[in-house]
Amino acid sequence: MAGLEFIGVRKTYPNGVQAIHGIDMAVADGEFVVIVGPSGCGKSTLLRMVAGLETVTEGEIRIGENRVNELEPADRNIAMVFQNYALYPHMSVFDNMAYGLRNRRTPRDEIARRVAEAAGTLQLEGLLDRRPGQLSGGQRQRVAMGRAIVREPEAFLFDEPLSNLDAKLRVQMRLEIKRLQRALGTTSLYVTHDQVEAMTLADRLIVMNAGVAEQVGRPLEIYDAPATLFVAGFIGSPAMNFLPGTVADDGSGANLDGVDRTLLVAPPASAGRGRIMVGIRPEHLEPVSREEAAMEVVVELVEALGADSLVHGLLADGGEGAAVTVRLDGARRVAAGEVLSLAVAPNHVHFFDPDDGKRLA
Amino acid sequence: MVENRPWLTVFSHVVLCLGVLVTALPIWIAFVASTHPADSMLSGRTPLLPGGHMIENYATVLGSGVRAAGSIPVGTMLWNSFVMALMIAVGKIAISIIAAYAIVYFRFPLRRTCFWVIFITLMLPVEVRILPTFGVVASLGMLNSYWGLSVPLIASATATFLFRQFFLTVPEELAEAARIDGAGPFKFFRDILLPLSRTNIAALFVILFIFGWNQYLWPLLVTTDEGYYTIVMGIQRMLQAEDAEPAWHEIMATSMLAMLPPVLVVVFMQRLFVKGLIEQEK
Ligand SMILES: Nc1ncnc2c1ncn2[C@@H]1O[C@H](COP(=O)(O)OP(=O)(O)OP(=O)(O)O)[C@@H](O)[C@H]1O
Ligand SMILES: [Mg+2]
Repeated sequence: MAGLEFIGVRKTYPNGVQAIHGIDMAVADGEFVVIVGPSGCGKSTLLRMVAGLETVTEGEIRIGENRVNELEPADRNIAMVFQNYALYPHMSVFDNMAYGLRNRRTPRDEIARRVAEAAGTLQLEGLLDRRPGQLSGGQRQRVAMGRAIVREPEAFLFDEPLSNLDAKLRVQMRLEIKRLQRALGTTSLYVTHDQVEAMTLADRLIVMNAGVAEQVGRPLEIYDAPATLFVAGFIGSPAMNFLPGTVADDGSGANLDGVDRTLLVAPPASAGRGRIMVGIRPEHLEPVSREEAAMEVVVELVEALGADSLVHGLLADGGEGAAVTVRLDGARRVAAGEVLSLAVAPNHVHFFDPDDGKRLA
Repeated sequence: MVENRPWLTVFSHVVLCLGVLVTALPIWIAFVASTHPADSMLSGRTPLLPGGHMIENYATVLGSGVRAAGSIPVGTMLWNSFVMALMIAVGKIAISIIAAYAIVYFRFPLRRTCFWVIFITLMLPVEVRILPTFGVVASLGMLNSYWGLSVPLIASATATFLFRQFFLTVPEELAEAARIDGAGPFKFFRDILLPLSRTNIAALFVILFIFGWNQYLWPLLVTTDEGYYTIVMGIQRMLQAEDAEPAWHEIMATSMLAMLPPVLVVVFMQRLFVKGLIEQEK
C-alpha cells in the first residue's frame, strides 16, 4: 500500500489543449479520494496520468516514494476500472481476471487462489467460465472490479465506473465499492460527475473546474463551506441559490436585489461595503409567517418527490425576478402562483465576492 | 416485412427461379458434358442428361491428363492452384493485418503517408503493373516456383484497409487495459487483437482464396515448367489443342474439378464464420 502525490502536475495535449493547470496534493495511504467536476474539466486526464496512459507534461506524480512519470502502466502497480469496463470479449471471466497476473508470471496456483478469492468477494463464482457478452451490466462491472482486485495494487483508479448502470444498480454497486475499499484498505482515486457518488464515497473530495482543483476537502466541509461560487453551485442538489445584493450600510446585513427588506445576517468584515453574492441552499429556506420572512417567493413550479418537494419560484417583489429554489417537506402542499414567505437559517448563509467568486470569510 | 400479396410472392419466386436457372444451367451442362464420350459433344446437339462415361472421363483427367494439352495430370495442376491460392490468402492476411496494426496502433513518422501510399496501390492491380512485376520476379529467379506464383500477388491494400477499419472499432480502452495488464505490443496483438479478428480473418480467407484460385494471367506468364501449371490456365491450354478438336468431355471434367476446391472452402469456412458472427460480443 502506498499514498499518492501530485507535485505541480500540468498537462498539455499535443494539439495544444491545456487540460490540467497545475495540481498539488497528496492522497494518504488507504484514502478514498473522489475527483468530481463538470464534463471536460480534466478528471479523466488526471486519472490517466496516474495510470500512465497519458504523459505528464510538467510536474511529478509519486506513488509511495517513487516518481512514476517515466514508468510503463504495468510497472506502476495500479489497477484501473474503466467506464465501459474494457473486458476482453473473447476471454472467459476467469481469463479476464487472470490475464494480468499471467503476464507478470505469477505462479499458476497463486493465480487460481487470487481469482477464486476475488470471485468469492464479488459473487462471481458461478460465472467464471462465461464470456463478458453473456453477463449483465452489473456482473460485468464486478468482473472489472475483480480484474483490479486480483492484481493487489497500490492504488485503484476508477473512471466513472458506474455510469453505464441503471439507477438502482448504481446505488448497490456504490455501496459495494465502498465496502470493498474499506475491507482492502487500498488507496483509491475515483472520477465521477455524479455528486451523490462523490459525497457518499469520498473520504476526501477534489472539486475540479477547467483543469484546476477548486477545492479539496471532506465532503461535508465542502458542502458547509464551499470555497468558490463554482464549488457552491456544483456541490449540492438542487444547486445553491445565488442572490446578488449589496452590503447594508451598517454592515449588519445584506440588501438583496429584488427584496425590499434587509437580510439580517451579517456578512464577514472582509466584504467591505460594496456588492456581494449571497448563496443559500434550497434546504436552508423555511416557510414562516409574513412578518418573520426574509423574502417572498412566487411559486412557479413544484416538483413533488415524495419525501420532499422542490419548489421553483421567483422573488415576489423583484424587478428582474431572480429564481429561487426551495426544498420543502413532502407533506406540505404548495400550488403554483402561491406566495411563500421564507426565512433563512442564519448559520447557513454563504457570502462570495462577486468579482473573483471567492468565499468571504 | 410481413405482407400478404400472393401475386408479389409468385412473381418474386419466378424471378428467383429464373436467376437460379441462369446461374446453374451452365454448370449443369458442364457436368453433363463431362459424363459423355468425346463425340457426343461434337455432334451438334448438346445433351441435357448425364451420360455413362463419367468415371472413365474423370479417371483420364486425373490420371494421365488431357493428351492434346501435354498430358499434365489434373491432380498436379489442382495441387499447384491450391498451393498458390493458399499462399496468396495466408500471405495477404498476414501482411495486411500486421500493416493495419502498425497503422492504427503505432505513432511513427509518415504514418498517414504510409497509409495513403498503401491505399493508392488499390489503383494498381496486377494487370496494370504486370510487365515490371514480371521483370522483378524474373531477375529474382522466381519464375517457375510457388514463390513466383504467389509473392507478387500478396500485397493487399483492400485487406489492409478492412483490418484498419476493424481495428478502429475496437475500443481504445481495451488496448489501455492490456497495457495496464502488462501486455506489450506483441502480446496485445497475439492475445487480444488476433482472436478478436478471427471472424474477419475467416471471411477474408474465403474471398482471398477464391481470388488466388482464379488467377489466370499471372500464372500464365511466370510458369513455363509444366510442373507449375495451375488449373485455370491449364483449362485454357486444353482449348488450344493443335490440329485436333478440343476434347470437350475432358475439359468439362477438368472444369468441374477446378470448381470443387473453392466451393469446399466456402462451405467449410462458412460454418466457421457464421459461428464467429453468432458468438460475437457487444
Ligand atoms: N487525447 C486528447 N487530445 C486532445 N485533447 C484532449 C484529449 N483528451 C481530452 N482532451 C481535452 O482535455 C480536456 C479534459 O478532458 P477529460 O477527458 O480529462 O475530461 P473529463 O473531466 O474526464 O470529462 P468527462 O466528464 O466528460 O469524462 C477536454 O477539454 C478535452 O477536450
Ligand atoms: Mg472522463
